[in-house]
Amino acid sequence: MTSFYSGPGFDFSNTVRNNFLQDRGLPLPKATSTGTTIVGCIYKDGVVLGADTRATEGPIVADKNCEKIHYITESIRCCGAGTAADTEFTTALISSNMEMHALSTGRKPRVVTAMTMLKQMLFRYQGHVGAALVLGGVDVTGPHLFTIAPHGSTDKLPYVTMGSGSLAAMAVFEAGWKPDMTREEALELVVAAISAGIFNDLGSGSNVDACVITANKTEMLRNFVRPNERVTKERSYGFRRGTTAWKKEQIRSLIVSEEVVKHGEAMDVS
Amino acid sequence: MSIMEYNGGSVIAMVGKDCVAIASDLRLGVQSLSISSNFQKIFPVTDRIYVGLPGLASDVTTLHEQFRYRVNMYTIKEEREIEPQTFAQMVSSTLYERRFGPYFIEPVIAGMQRTPSGSYEPFIAATDLIGCLNFAKDFVVAGTASSELFGAAEGLWEPDLEAEDLFETISQTLLNAVDRDTFSGWGAVVHVMTKDKVITRTLKGRMD
Repeated sequence: MTSFYSGPGFDFSNTVRNNFLQDRGLPLPKATSTGTTIVGCIYKDGVVLGADTRATEGPIVADKNCEKIHYITESIRCCGAGTAADTEFTTALISSNMEMHALSTGRKPRVVTAMTMLKQMLFRYQGHVGAALVLGGVDVTGPHLFTIAPHGSTDKLPYVTMGSGSLAAMAVFEAGWKPDMTREEALELVVAAISAGIFNDLGSGSNVDACVITANKTEMLRNFVRPNERVTKERSYGFRRGTTAWKKEQIRSLIVSEEVVKHGEAMDVS
Repeated sequence: MSIMEYNGGSVIAMVGKDCVAIASDLRLGVQSLSISSNFQKIFPVTDRIYVGLPGLASDVTTLHEQFRYRVNMYTIKEEREIEPQTFAQMVSSTLYERRFGPYFIEPVIAGMQRTPSGSYEPFIAATDLIGCLNFAKDFVVAGTASSELFGAAEGLWEPDLEAEDLFETISQTLLNAVDRDTFSGWGAVVHVMTKDKVITRTLKGRMD
């Protein structure tokens, strides 16, 4: 067994073996990706973020109701598309660093800070960390919205889309976006954009998650619209007990039983 | 042929009413040559957590050892047993640490999670080979028969199954799915966990 101490950062000790296997004609397997639709939109007094809830493994739907809007700070959130593990761990790491930053400066952290931390990390990994992000939030300088591509480039725009459903969603934004929308108008537009992704892009599906961020409140609207509810089954497909033939049975009881055995004479307490 | 198909094998976990079940096949092969019909892929972690490790057989052993070490260290440091939720995060970060040189394993976790009120609720989770967690409320699958298992489970699973009914549902789902996968099968094992006991049964399956 190798040493149990491991330094910080990624561990590359399996790469020699894995490259050997790859050279022998065994291709590396695919990781879960979020062939996703994620969007963001600035409105009059804040930011609205939106995401679908499908996770895929090639053509297979791996998770029908996953969460793609990640917590960064109380008033900054980040939607993730691309390699699912990368979006999950990158946002978790930056969220942790943002909390440390807030604690050491004693100020409410800014959206540009999160954006810079994310882009510097993604650029350092030259696109190998496959996270495509939509970062949105409100800080002391007002509402902000960014996209961060896997190689570390960023855009600052009033409305953005990312993921495989980005074209469908952007079409909705281009047709319907106007400046200084109300909360209701913005939320409606985000839902329409995500719905366009859910119904027109095969990599996106299931429900619409939304998040409305204003200066003093963040509303996480998990499963805000559910246009693909599964109808209850007409009848049960339960099996009669005893259907499955089995050879051996072992029962492990988890109850700790204790028996008190009387021993000797009782103490005289009179 | 991918490395994930080299040794074969599949695992499934399902949630029932105040119970969980986890099941796997028992085959170990080298591509199409079957070597063993008694290869363990599901391991107990604590009294109330089981982990299934389908994938490359050498990594099954390596990761089982790694998790045993980390769980023991956690138990000593924290002076309490690890909870399923915490263990799932441990599995996830262990795999993500090797993001650029992964273990070829897709773990499945099943257990009974302690609630603040002191009762137990069912918990299942699965990750991909680089540690992306999937907390499902119904069932999770992994291994070479995963696409067959997805289809069978989607049709057969229903909410609030009692422990004995969950045993029938998970067993039939697994048995019928692995019969349509050449790399899985050769017998199966099922663990059904309730708050006070774990029932382990070895199933009679096709041996071809």
